[in-house]
Amino acid sequence: MKVLVTVKRVIDYNVKVRVKPDNSDVDLANVKMALNPFCEIAVEEAVRLKESGKVSEVVVASIGPKACQEQIRTALALGADRGIHIDTPDMPESLVVAKLLAKVVKAEAPDLVVMGKQSIDGDNNQTGQMLAALLGRPQATFASVVNLEEGKAVVTREVDGGLQTLSLMLPAIVTTDLRLNEPRYASLPNIMKAKKKPLDVTTPESLGVEMTVHTRVLSVEPPAERSGGIQVKSVDELIDKLKNEAKVI
Amino acid sequence: MSDYKHPYRDAEFVLNELVGFDQLCAVAGLDDINSELASVILTEAGKLGSDVLAPLNVEGDTRGAKLGEQGVEETFGFSAAYAQYVENGWPSLTAKEEFGGQNLPNVLGTAVNEIWHTANMSFALCPMLTQGAIESLVHHGSDALKQNYLPKLVSGEWTGTMNLTEPDAGSDLAAIKARATPEGDHYRITGQKIFITWGDHQMTENIVHLVLARLPDAPAGVKGISLFIVPKFLLDEQGNPAQLNDVSCVSLEHKLGIHGSPTCVMSFGDNGGAVGYIVGEPHQGLSYMFTMMNHARQSVGLQGVAISERSYQLAVQYAKDRLQGTRKDGSRFPIIEFPDVRRMLMQMKASIEAMRGLAYVAAAETDRVHSATDTSQAKHHQDRVDLLTPIVKGWITEVAQELTYLGVQVHGGMGFIEETGAAQHYRDARILTIYEGTTGIQALDLVGRKTLMNKGTVLSALLDEIAQVQQELAASSALQNESRALDTALTAAHEALQWLLDNAEKDASVAGSISVNFMMMMGYVCGGWVMGQSALKAQALLNAGQGDSAFLHSKLITSAFYCDHLLPRATGLLAVIKAGSQSVMSLPNDQF
Repeated sequence: MKVLVTVKRVIDYNVKVRVKPDNSDVDLANVKMALNPFCEIAVEEAVRLKESGKVSEVVVASIGPKACQEQIRTALALGADRGIHIDTPDMPESLVVAKLLAKVVKAEAPDLVVMGKQSIDGDNNQTGQMLAALLGRPQATFASVVNLEEGKAVVTREVDGGLQTLSLMLPAIVTTDLRLNEPRYASLPNIMKAKKKPLDVTTPESLGVEMTVHTRVLSVEPPAERSGGIQVKSVDELIDKLKNEAKVI
Repeated sequence: MSDYKHPYRDAEFVLNELVGFDQLCAVAGLDDINSELASVILTEAGKLGSDVLAPLNVEGDTRGAKLGEQGVEETFGFSAAYAQYVENGWPSLTAKEEFGGQNLPNVLGTAVNEIWHTANMSFALCPMLTQGAIESLVHHGSDALKQNYLPKLVSGEWTGTMNLTEPDAGSDLAAIKARATPEGDHYRITGQKIFITWGDHQMTENIVHLVLARLPDAPAGVKGISLFIVPKFLLDEQGNPAQLNDVSCVSLEHKLGIHGSPTCVMSFGDNGGAVGYIVGEPHQGLSYMFTMMNHARQSVGLQGVAISERSYQLAVQYAKDRLQGTRKDGSRFPIIEFPDVRRMLMQMKASIEAMRGLAYVAAAETDRVHSATDTSQAKHHQDRVDLLTPIVKGWITEVAQELTYLGVQVHGGMGFIEETGAAQHYRDARILTIYEGTTGIQALDLVGRKTLMNKGTVLSALLDEIAQVQQELAASSALQNESRALDTALTAAHEALQWLLDNAEKDASVAGSISVNFMMMMGYVCGGWVMGQSALKAQALLNAGQGDSAFLHSKLITSAFYCDHLLPRATGLLAVIKAGSQSVMSLPNDQF
């Protein structure tokens, strides 16, 4: 059984995010980049499935400029077998990402695609769902447990108010939630081995996908700076402020 | 409590811009090793350091190792962290491939070890000592000993210790009394060793002790000491730990700092003699110790960088958070805005960058010895390693005292209170000028063996190389201040060297009287060398429009601070050096 995992290069979660002076985007110049944490969970899940003997190959794919090969190598160091880099000048929008991945899925024919539920930069939470729709395959998003059985995947999802368990016919798409697993630390020998694992590069042209733009970023604003707190004199004053100023109760 | 984040940009700046990591790997024939891989390795090591080791640092301090029924019980949590460290393969980083190592350059090992020491110095001492055991076996052990012990030491499944010191044999190892009696293919070791770091613990299934002892026919003094390997558990036919050897930890020291690191009194042969195997030839033990001394001493210098970095990170965090000033409009501001607090933080930052630079540059010289293509080149680099080692150990660990002191001072009254954590770094740092040869020993080594013995030629060659950096600074209009400061310091260094060469033979007390000041002076000058190069590289990158300009500007400002505030100390030290031994030696003993 083959699993395809998708990974995205994003700003490291430890970095304090700055907005460009012209408000056009987040400033990524010389900022530490990392593997999107939800993608890391997806890689970990695939590697665990492989270690359990249910999966024979883990392929990892990423889209973006050449630098995203670093994140593919990280995934290979965590235990994936080989990488596919779809070389694009910048980061395409979710629908284009889904179309590119759909082509990769058709070529690779994985039994399961494991993706992060969203990336911590855009927080769109769309690509997995779009990919499933484009391929006409079953999907289980926000997975907290994934079990592979004969010809199907049994996935527990975190939904409002509790857990939902779905049984999906394979091939299928699963997106990971935070509690699915705790990713391992890459070991030194595996970091060294990752250099030698195969990494193929392809382009949107050779996959036959047009980089159409459907959405445009108008402006990026930093969140409002936290203003200083005040001390209230009584519980009544607190309730009054919550009701009438903050309007939260 | 304090978070630790690996300063990866500073570390990579030193590796790439000052050491020239890619070129170093290319010369060494390590084709697939480069700065990109180094960056991945440092990032992953940084995660383990921050997430797993750093949170245990306070645990080690407040709940240190204890002696129980089954031997030493290390701090709770250390064992799991050690298992993770081993599982991730970090112990094998620089070891040779034939013993399961990754054969990566020493300078990269140094950059990674900085992470472990900064995250948790008490913990990191354990693998550091194992490294010493590995070195002695690699260089001097028989094939059988190598096969039996090296793979498990390299993988970290077993740890190693160094048993040198005895109650009457500290800096003077000639006084060692432990005995080794031949018995068939092995020896029986008896005696007591003290100050044995990580001499016992429960983290691994075996511990390999390297022990200095005397054979029955041994000549007196340093030429009669042999080196033995004494495993905690003797190995069975399959090479697995089986029978408990006649060696145990009989007590633990109560210390000022590094409480997480058990400092053991080890007793060998309480029940007839511990089984030991000789390493190399009889009576060569002390010379074998010298082969790994450079590495061990540089490692302690690196600990000085690490503990200062940890202290600095904590101080910066506090200085940014602590509101103690009021503006005219009534709003409060943090203490980092007060000039004197900035002076302290800048002194910490500038010193740490100079120290880190020097530690890595010295570590890279060891790689260059191994990759040298001819003997004169190899000798040049080996001379440089030998010269820089006492400066790395002596100067860096002395400056670390001042920096961790400042780390407490920035906190004001809260620095004196243990819960902020600043005091732990100050206490932990205190051992660094003592173990692996005190500051006095390092300084004597620099003045005697490394300088007077070659008539100052090796030091002179280094000063010439520093003068080239000064010339480059002089040619850059933006770096005139740095150029002048380094020029003044170099002039003082030349004068000190000449004074030493002229006066050492006239008066036997001169070398010992001036040695520490001489070493400190050369440390500050080497720091100026590093910071001068740092400024040149940062300026060049800025001129080329490359890199992160805020980061590169901070390099320039930090270099400028070093040249303004720290490099001038060299001039002050010159006056002390030239005062010679007169006022040091003239007071009769009974007047003390």
